[in-house]
Amino acid sequence: MKREEIRLKCHKIVGGYGEGEALVSHEPICFYLTDPKTGIVREKTHELAGKNLANKVLVFPSGKASSVVQIDGLFKLASHNLAPKAMIVKDVETVLIVSAVLAKVPLVDRLERDPFEAIHTGDLVKVDAEKGTVTVKREVS
Amino acid sequence: MLSGELGQGMQKAIELLVAIGDAYDAEKMIPITRAHAASSGQEGDLYFVELLANGGAKCRVPTSTNPVYDIEFFHRLFEVPSDEAEVARRVMEAYKTVGAILSWSCVPYLTENIPLFGETVAFSESSATPYVNSVIGATTNREAAQSALAAGVVGKTPKYGLHIKQNRKGTVLIKVEAALKDSFDYTLLGQFVGKQIGYGIPVFTGITRCPSTEELINFCAMSNTSGAVSMFYIPGFTVEARTVEEAFQGDIPKDKINVTDAELKQTWEELQTASGKIDFVMLGCPHYTLKQVAETAKLLEGKRIHGGVSFWICTSATTKTLARRMGYVDTIEKAGGCVVVDTCIDEPCWTVYKDKVGMTDSPKCAYYRRFRDVVVAGLKDCVEAAVKGKCE
Repeated sequence: MKREEIRLKCHKIVGGYGEGEALVSHEPICFYLTDPKTGIVREKTHELAGKNLANKVLVFPSGKASSVVQIDGLFKLASHNLAPKAMIVKDVETVLIVSAVLAKVPLVDRLERDPFEAIHTGDLVKVDAEKGTVTVKREVS
Repeated sequence: MLSGELGQGMQKAIELLVAIGDAYDAEKMIPITRAHAASSGQEGDLYFVELLANGGAKCRVPTSTNPVYDIEFFHRLFEVPSDEAEVARRVMEAYKTVGAILSWSCVPYLTENIPLFGETVAFSESSATPYVNSVIGATTNREAAQSALAAGVVGKTPKYGLHIKQNRKGTVLIKVEAALKDSFDYTLLGQFVGKQIGYGIPVFTGITRCPSTEELINFCAMSNTSGAVSMFYIPGFTVEARTVEEAFQGDIPKDKINVTDAELKQTWEELQTASGKIDFVMLGCPHYTLKQVAETAKLLEGKRIHGGVSFWICTSATTKTLARRMGYVDTIEKAGGCVVVDTCIDEPCWTVYKDKVGMTDSPKCAYYRRFRDVVVAGLKDCVEAAVKGKCE
């Protein structure tokens, strides 16, 4: 076993620093459809259904759903200290930006490599939005 | 302006707009003339508006507000959870403090806060964004409540998205072969188109009759709920492009979709989740216009709503004032119905119906899933079911 570490450039949207275990979703996420008291994804048909996104570094394509519910969803998670530590997305839209600002979750996009190739669920990921860097650490056998 | 010399509230508003501008690589901020904040009376909404209000921020341009609910009115009728009511009370107070127009209406573009052709504005709310872009011909992005409020406080918005001409180009051609008889058909059209295209700017051909205000409102509300349609063109009727070619800015559309009566019928069938006894009818999502309140009154004239059915019409305070003056409210009340202002189906004041079966003319109302089941049908069918106490 050896440790592999890669460092990638990204584009800051909402500043801050966050680190944690990566959780990758290939589907858009609606935070209103997570349990605000645990962080478990409740949307039955979602690939993350039953998984817990609390305190993870979340990698996903984009947000979805109406502005009111999306913002309220992430805000409720944050007020229970269960928001993701940071978010890495492919496509931003205004509602997701507002959600991240209100919940104080660092948000970045334009990773220099495809985030779905560079990051796997379980990797240790550090997001430094201020410096515009993402560091990915994993054990390789 | 980021230094905070204008006060903490203004600083927070600017920070939010700068974050959005950075994300989209906006080259600068541009002045706006008005805004509409889709206030909701929920916790995220409360946090931001209080942050601004307590930080001394005031709206620099007219900024209207979305429905919350009249706490005293509902407390006389039934239980509203006290913590939810407290959030709503504080939200309403904070919007007052920042100097917003207390319209509590989701269709402010009809009466309380009307943009003109070519104005730069920041309008959140599902029907408002596409209506303002397409029907009025002002420019707005698909704002969140908070980004619209921040823009209203700062008087500016980052220049990106639909504020740039080339981003207002049509993306998909929709050929309409359906008859589109009434406003409910436009509701179904919106539901179908939004679901088909998701994000995009549809351009319509085949619509031969000028749609009414209500038909356009319904299309906007639904296409921006089942999908994210911030703008559309009906060349010949909407203002910004006179021809299909102009709407596509000279490009040839890649995607084409046909809509016939069969698609609309199927869309309606997919919305039918129940039949039989109903407990309530909920109309006015989006808020009913004066014309729709009048139509409902006419249908209820001399009739009596079934004893087991509560009958609600949500509208704005402005519309209710006129509707009362014109006798419509009396007719509806005599039949056993109620015209309620300042609120919306997606507010906690309706928790009393959470295990009940309702009926509505708005799939958007059904989408929120605050109730056990909601049947969707046109206004006439809703009134008929209210009188009989069941839908067939």
